[in-house]
Amino acid sequence: MPTFSAVHLEFIAFAALWTIGLSAIAFVGGGIVGFAVALARISHIRALRYAAIVYIQVVQGTPLLILLFLIYFGIAIVGFNEVPAIIAAGIGLTIYSSGFLAEIWRGCIESVPKTQWEAAECLALTPWQRMTRVILPQALRIATAPTVGFLVQIVKNTSLASVVGFVELAQAGKLINNSIFEPFTVFMVVAAFYFAICFPLSTWSRSLERKLNVGRR
Amino acid sequence: MSAVVKLANVHKSFGSNKVLDGVSFEVGRGEVAAVIGQSGSGKSTALRCINALETIEGGTIEVCGHAVHDKALDRRNLRRDVGIVFQSYNLFPHLTVEQNIMLAPTCVKALSKQKARDLAHEVLARVGLGEKAGHYPEQLSGGQQQRVAIARSLAMQPKLMLFDEVTSALDPQLTGEVLKVMEDLARGGMTMILVTHEMAFARKVASKVVYMHKGKVWETGPGSMLDKPTTPELADFVGSGL
Repeated sequence: MPTFSAVHLEFIAFAALWTIGLSAIAFVGGGIVGFAVALARISHIRALRYAAIVYIQVVQGTPLLILLFLIYFGIAIVGFNEVPAIIAAGIGLTIYSSGFLAEIWRGCIESVPKTQWEAAECLALTPWQRMTRVILPQALRIATAPTVGFLVQIVKNTSLASVVGFVELAQAGKLINNSIFEPFTVFMVVAAFYFAICFPLSTWSRSLERKLNVGRR
Repeated sequence: MSAVVKLANVHKSFGSNKVLDGVSFEVGRGEVAAVIGQSGSGKSTALRCINALETIEGGTIEVCGHAVHDKALDRRNLRRDVGIVFQSYNLFPHLTVEQNIMLAPTCVKALSKQKARDLAHEVLARVGLGEKAGHYPEQLSGGQQQRVAIARSLAMQPKLMLFDEVTSALDPQLTGEVLKVMEDLARGGMTMILVTHEMAFARKVASKVVYMHKGKVWETGPGSMLDKPTTPELADFVGSGL
């Protein structure tokens, strides 16, 4: 029986790229959708606000695993038979991360003191100018750490994409283990890869936090 | 003298708490009105109503030709005419002093960067802080921050300036430097309404004193009114301040 070798390591390393790629898709897609939902969530238009609340609650109340199943089979029902796994997983993770990022960012936007909103308003800025010139630059500093923290969650949750047949780190580990039956070795290596991706992110988060704190009360 | 600000029978409650109970007063062009009274007398709320930061439940407020009580009020138009300075300065911490001042002129009046910068330096000179243009608010003292906040309002060339207890967070020395700026403004003919606890300043600079008590205008008159109050409440209030 073969044992763990460089070939397996190469296979896992390659799968790690897919994990990173899928994380990037989830973060960018989730960021765009999530930002829009966050703005809708604090809109003064009641219908928009409620729609955002419902979206966030539904997404946060659905396990990612179920969400991925729903998307994968849902797309098939709509009529696209051969859905590439990356698309199903990308859509699922985008929806998942948008539901959380929206709520994280809403909190950051609202934590900018009310007096700052008032001061901007009293200078006759439009709501858009107030948001982009006064509130968001301050919210960005507050948001950095929790956002990158959540990015770590996204990276780890991409492992669930294996259920729709997407070969990323976790799935690669399973495949190798199925052939060589060395679960401890294989999954230690997989874990090490996850750590190697996530640890720099956390470190980056901390350094960003320090940098962005300059010039702030 | 035409009225720049006219409050007539203004009512406002927070829940069951009647904060303004039929408030009426007028402020004419070039006048300096000091609104005084105990904490909770409704003076800050009255000031915030003038700027539409609070909505009122009854009565009318007219400010520089804008019907502030009207539901259809264009708040941004109102705020082009009215500047306000807050107790807590409320400078934008992520912008330099100069950028704080340039923001509204470039955004609202579509001034070019260069013109806005010239304007910023001009108003900073007026408040005696020309050399602080590149600093961030946190690098300044409270008094300096408040003077920047005044300059930021001035840059919009308002017809009316509101001051909401602008020296309450400052020690006596810093209070002095802010009051001096306000006195210069008053001398320059700016129409001003200030909510203040600085009785000496009110007596010296204000052309009109409005004493509020329990959500009502209790007594109003020239600055000298503080020396010979006609109501026992004002006598009490002035007496306790000495």
